[in-house]
Amino acid sequence: MSSVEHTPSESSPEAQKWVDVQASDDFAELKHRLRKFVFPVSGLFLAWYLLYVLLADYAHGFMSTKVFGNINVGLIFGLLQFVSTFVITTLYVRHANKNLDPLAEKLRNEIEGDGK
Amino acid sequence: MNESSPILNISIFGVFVLITLFVVIRASRNNKTAADYLAAGRAFTGPQNGIAIAGDYLSAASFLGIAGAIALNGYDGFLYSIGFLVAWLVALLLVAELLRNTGKYTMGDVLSFRMRQRPVRAAAATSTMAVSFFYLLAQMAGAGGLVALLLGITGSGGQAIVIAVVGALMIAYVLIGGMKGTTWVQIIKAVLLIAGAGIMTVWVLGKYGFNLSSLLGAAVDAAPKAGEKLLGPGLQYGKTGTSKLDFLSLALALVLGTAGLPHILMRFYTVPTAKEARRSVVWAIWLIGIFYLFTLVLGYGAGALVGPDKINAAPGKANSAAPLLALELGGPILLGLIAAVAFATILAVVAGLTITASASFAHDIYANIIKKGKDNGNGDAEDKTDEVKIARITAIVIGLVSIGGGIVANGQNIAFLVALAFAVAASANLPTILYSLFWKRFNTSGALWSIYGGLIVTITLIVLSPAVSGTPTSMFKNSDFHLFPLSNPGIVSIPVAFLLGYIGTILSKDKADPVKQAEMEVRSLTGAGAEKAIAH
Repeated sequence: MSSVEHTPSESSPEAQKWVDVQASDDFAELKHRLRKFVFPVSGLFLAWYLLYVLLADYAHGFMSTKVFGNINVGLIFGLLQFVSTFVITTLYVRHANKNLDPLAEKLRNEIEGDGK
Repeated sequence: MNESSPILNISIFGVFVLITLFVVIRASRNNKTAADYLAAGRAFTGPQNGIAIAGDYLSAASFLGIAGAIALNGYDGFLYSIGFLVAWLVALLLVAELLRNTGKYTMGDVLSFRMRQRPVRAAAATSTMAVSFFYLLAQMAGAGGLVALLLGITGSGGQAIVIAVVGALMIAYVLIGGMKGTTWVQIIKAVLLIAGAGIMTVWVLGKYGFNLSSLLGAAVDAAPKAGEKLLGPGLQYGKTGTSKLDFLSLALALVLGTAGLPHILMRFYTVPTAKEARRSVVWAIWLIGIFYLFTLVLGYGAGALVGPDKINAAPGKANSAAPLLALELGGPILLGLIAAVAFATILAVVAGLTITASASFAHDIYANIIKKGKDNGNGDAEDKTDEVKIARITAIVIGLVSIGGGIVANGQNIAFLVALAFAVAASANLPTILYSLFWKRFNTSGALWSIYGGLIVTITLIVLSPAVSGTPTSMFKNSDFHLFPLSNPGIVSIPVAFLLGYIGTILSKDKADPVKQAEMEVRSLTGAGAEKAIAH
């Protein structure tokens, strides 16, 4: 039932190119650099967000504890979610500019350079 | 005491419409190809697109709704904005760039990339149109309430006319301007909205010596009923075990839904490269984050300066908190400006939704399913003008349907429509997007299971929820067929959809196409072969 609508790609040189690049060391390195950043960081910020939501949902007393003036723990926690979002954004951009873009560009030039 | 002036409000809004129409007509001069019409020639810069994303995302619900929720329910309103913001990290880290590199116009491009085209495109288009329609309906219905508040039109006939006018304007923007015009409307609106909220924030803080603590104290003093509880969580959602679970469910849908909203995803195609897509998300995150910080001050400011009793007595209740605060601060002129911004917000968001739904129909259904039978190419043929024509016709149809739907839904509890849109996006779209991008073995059957499964589970749970029947705030107050206790289905539907995508994949004999998978993975990470900007 499958492959009826797949373009018959197995043998064409165009298709082979993608497979070759996917198997190359440079590509493996690029994939590794992307995943080793985005997967743990995604897990981290989702866990941090979930912790915040659970505290706000089930620990009213703790979140309502005043820290100074009328500023309570909940407000500080909430504002820290803003801070962590801004920080992760900045760190990711730095990581991408430094570690991902040059390698991606090199691979892109190699792929588009030959006969496309 | 100052009074609201409907004529002033309408005039200011009229000026906004004239200016944006002028910009839209100017922007439309280069609309020749499908890439022009549906993806703005991929020629916007990251910062421009980031501002437009903020314009697309900050709907009337997040401006009027969140400020109002904070004014009346205090801290619980703030929780919404945090979910809406943190969600952007999912888009930034996992979706935006990879999607930009592999697709052309729609979410369906990415989901069907390495799958059998017809079934997956049809599924992606179904889900795109479902999400867009629910979201659209909520915005149009919300327009009715806003009209009552801002223009003093309380009769349902008068409100219906205004909904029709908003719909007609939206159709005009989309028909004339396409994605380019729509983007400019969103940019203008975002700048006005954020600037307006910023000015009011400084104004409110200034009244309390730029001391957040005194502002909070004043809000507590003005709300004798809620008192200190205003500052901590639980006022709205903390009453029972079910309502706590409901909140958890909503929080999940918010954080996972954003990166599955088709009208947000489509915005990433309007920039020339993945790097620009990244820059646009970064701009969007900063703008949206700062805006939500403003709404915190505006919400408590409205509570302190206007007071919950007056807000509750106004037409539109919580939604009127921000406009009433504007009236209190700057009199009728500031109210007129804020009212115009609120209208502009609805207009820009519905225009974005309409072009997304029509693009999905024209590109996924018409060009790649109906038309594809004839030519066997990759859809790159020059008959793309056809696609634009179909997109325009679809936009008119969607516009008319949403005017009708908006009039019917006017006055209904619209919060659940937005919750529904986010829940469908998080359940049907996000799992499928993530699996296609990151799981090699994912195949056609898995994609169909997660899209249709997520869609069906979410809609079924919503229909059986207390949002639809059985409680005084339900859509149908007088009948009771609610079997599911939560108004927000996310906590069930999202894991179920992920599971269905997994089961559908491993149960199918259909092998993932390894060559297509290689092409998709390499393209998504390197940007090789990605659609380029159009030079005019």
